Amino acid sequence: MPDSIAIVEESIDYAALTEQVRSNACGAVVLFMGTVREMTHGKQTVALDYEAYPEMAYKTMQQLIDEARAQWEVHSIGIEHRVGHLTLGEISVAIAVSSAHRSEAFEAGRFLIDRLKEIVPIWKKENWSDGTTEWEHPGISAE
Amino acid sequence: MTASSIQVRLFARARELAGSDTISVHAVDEMTVAWLRTAIAEQYPVLKSLSGQLLIAVDNAYAGEEQPLNAEQEIACFPPVSGG
Repeated sequence: MPDSIAIVEESIDYAALTEQVRSNACGAVVLFMGTVREMTHGKQTVALDYEAYPEMAYKTMQQLIDEARAQWEVHSIGIEHRVGHLTLGEISVAIAVSSAHRSEAFEAGRFLIDRLKEIVPIWKKENWSDGTTEWEHPGISAE
Repeated sequence: MTASSIQVRLFARARELAGSDTISVHAVDEMTVAWLRTAIAEQYPVLKSLSGQLLIAVDNAYAGEEQPLNAEQEIACFPPVSGG
């Protein structure tokens, strides 16, 4: 099964993404789901807006898949990121990884989400419960 | 021949501050990423608060400071990423 990358505006079908990486060759399937959380350092979120630079995001996600494959024996990888307006509990990103044995799937999955947050050009904006909004740009403080 | 301006795509807070998803920067003969960073801050003061932190991508790849630029490339500029 080939790897898959998607940036979508609709809800992520994490069950379908997980099913897509499954195989009789794989004893392990790991799914990571990033989910819109209510409380961040004592502040309450009502929604997040995600924006992507799609052409570059697809390219950098493929780069991450290549890097993961260079380090671990994985069978299939599926990455799906949502953009647009997401409310509490909605899924912003899902990463599914399958491998013959569990350690590779866990390690590759951890690597993929950590690196995605470092280099894939996707941004989120907090919509706080007090009505203010704030882009989350690591290293840049709010004005 | 050098084009008179280069188009730069903006995202996230840079896009919001500029009020546009693309800005036009006056071109010079020999352009680099470092030059572009300075040119954006001079020509779009509204982005100055971000200028030291802006990342620049050329043809969909992160670019180093000394990388040369030309007007035919796809150039983008944005603050640090925060997806996931």
